[in-house]
Amino acid sequence: MSTATATHDAHEDHGPAKGLMRWITTTNHKDIGTLYLIFALIMFMIGGAMAMVIRAELFQPGMQLVDPAFFNQMTTVHALVMIFGGVMPAFTGLANWLIPMMIGAPDMALPRMNNWSFWILPFAFTLLLSTLFMDGGGPAAGWTMYPPLVLQTGDAFPFMILSIHMMGISSIMGSINVIVTIMNMRAPGMTLMKMPLFVWTWLITAYLLIATMPVLAGAVTMLLTDKFFGTSFFSAAGGGDPVLYQHVFWFFGHPEVYILILPAFGIISQIIPTFARKPLFGYSSMVYATASIAFLSFIVWAHHMFTVGMPTAGELFFMYATMMIAVPTGVKVFNWVSTMWKGSMTFETPMLFAIAFVFLFTIGGFSGLMLAIAPADFQYHDTYFVVAHFHYVLVSGAVFSIMAAVYYWLPKWTGHMYDEKLGKLHFWLSAISMNVLFFPQHFLGLAGMPRRIPDYSVQFTGFNQISSIGGFVFGLSQVLFCYIVYKTIKGGQPASEKVWEGAQGLEWTLPSPPPYHSFVEAPAIK
Amino acid sequence: MSAPDTRHVRSAWKIAVVVVAMFGFGYLLVPLYNVFCDITGLNGKTGRISVGAANAAVASDRVITVEFVGNLNADMPWRFEPLVKSLKVHPGKIYEASFLAHNNSDHRIVGQAVPSISPGIGGKYFNKTECFCFTNQPLAAGETKKMPLRFIVDPALPGNVKRLTLAYTFFNITK
Repeated sequence: MSTATATHDAHEDHGPAKGLMRWITTTNHKDIGTLYLIFALIMFMIGGAMAMVIRAELFQPGMQLVDPAFFNQMTTVHALVMIFGGVMPAFTGLANWLIPMMIGAPDMALPRMNNWSFWILPFAFTLLLSTLFMDGGGPAAGWTMYPPLVLQTGDAFPFMILSIHMMGISSIMGSINVIVTIMNMRAPGMTLMKMPLFVWTWLITAYLLIATMPVLAGAVTMLLTDKFFGTSFFSAAGGGDPVLYQHVFWFFGHPEVYILILPAFGIISQIIPTFARKPLFGYSSMVYATASIAFLSFIVWAHHMFTVGMPTAGELFFMYATMMIAVPTGVKVFNWVSTMWKGSMTFETPMLFAIAFVFLFTIGGFSGLMLAIAPADFQYHDTYFVVAHFHYVLVSGAVFSIMAAVYYWLPKWTGHMYDEKLGKLHFWLSAISMNVLFFPQHFLGLAGMPRRIPDYSVQFTGFNQISSIGGFVFGLSQVLFCYIVYKTIKGGQPASEKVWEGAQGLEWTLPSPPPYHSFVEAPAIK
Repeated sequence: MSAPDTRHVRSAWKIAVVVVAMFGFGYLLVPLYNVFCDITGLNGKTGRISVGAANAAVASDRVITVEFVGNLNADMPWRFEPLVKSLKVHPGKIYEASFLAHNNSDHRIVGQAVPSISPGIGGKYFNKTECFCFTNQPLAAGETKKMPLRFIVDPALPGNVKRLTLAYTFFNITK
């Protein structure tokens, strides 16, 4: 906002500025949260459109619709868009909206940096997506960007690297903001062990981001200098080693997958107690389990590269360390189930998504355990089994949790109830089609169908067709989701302050929608 | 909009230090990885020793098969193959093997051979006193050259290893 208006309004409880400039110059955590969430939804639809291209091509064996180079660009850019443009900004948007309201703070600690961390993102993704229209097309070597293959990328290469740098800077700034807000701005009386679990999981996630995004930045910078400035970090001819890249990348990459799931754990831990009408079972064990998962995530990275030719001792270490993660994760699943045990449960849309999360994420966790078995991984590596595994944890895990969160807090944000009938329809369409889409991919993978290949042998046709049909239904269901969100923003039954009968927490003490500036005076904590 | 609380700015800078340190740590992984591979002999990197140091007792009751493979990286217009495909050797004794390289192109090309041994554990016990991979190898257009290496297998090689495969890949490093 311009200085003139700022001085003019300085002593009033002013609302937002008018027009487009409101959104460009805003430093309000609610505005920025909204921007993040809308951006994430747009990216989710763009990345989803790419997935539709992939599933359409795989509907039949042989080359059908697109040429193989474009297919590879689709798999690569789909992943980059969904991870860095969909799930991560959606979580950051939720953090912006909710963390200040949950800890009784008036705003994020560093509002101007908050504005920056959002507005970098549209530029980063314009750079990335523009590569699809360049000579040689977009990046096609997979989102993991392994050399030497990735070094053969055409004009797109420096654009991809720069866009990843920008995404990294954005999420590092976002994390700094989250940490400083939580550490410095909690309302008096809100001790760390009284914080809602969403705040806890985000605090830990922010630390993971701070520790790993710079390592990714280093890895892609090394790729950049290898290609353009004559270094040979990963070039065997110059004494480097391509396997080194995989170590550096996965040192970032494994904590990254927990960055994509820990906030989801937080969301589910908010929603289940509300609709079970019981306090969360084992609050402190949830906190410790989250911290243990975060710690373990730093010592398991090489399970992504069992097949590079590691010594047996290495395989065993990474196998056992990986399996150990099942213990804190099991604690969490146990606690969610115990929270529901003998609760007075009702099944509104957020709860449906939350229960589906617990059930389907656990399936993804189990296939993860199978992949952790080093000797078996030689069969599973780079097959559709891996694809099925990480889509179970990311789609029915991260994405379902975000949808649960949207249904749960949208009435708070907009002041309108969403259409419960349409919400339930969206849930059942998504939950069923998601399983039709990804469950057969387990079988394809076990039978040996490799990932990232546009063609396959004919015996895989049946399961691929089932999977593609599930994919199309899942894709279309998300159009319904966009409509429900739009409709709720535009109008609907007014939502009460508390919205949900069993809701607990400071955000539910504010009116729906909350005033532009909330908790200017810190609330009292019981 | 008032300036943010200095307390917040101070906290933010503290975290920024961690960010910079972790960026550095990413680069530190490179030397750490190389040292780790040197110590453990992982990664198929073979050892290099002087002739004088190669004086271990010969284990004449043990026979190891050493196989040789010659590979070319993409965009390397050479022919490159071992003269002998495999040798039966006693650990502790020095042997010589040769590869033949021929430049098929019409211009001078500088090559660099990169060795790799499998199983990986063998890397630590496969020592060379002389190898064409120690230096760049320039070949004029149409030139053919015999490329020798002298090696010794360390008698400490674990007993379950009966066969070692030594593969060289020639990379085109012509400027």
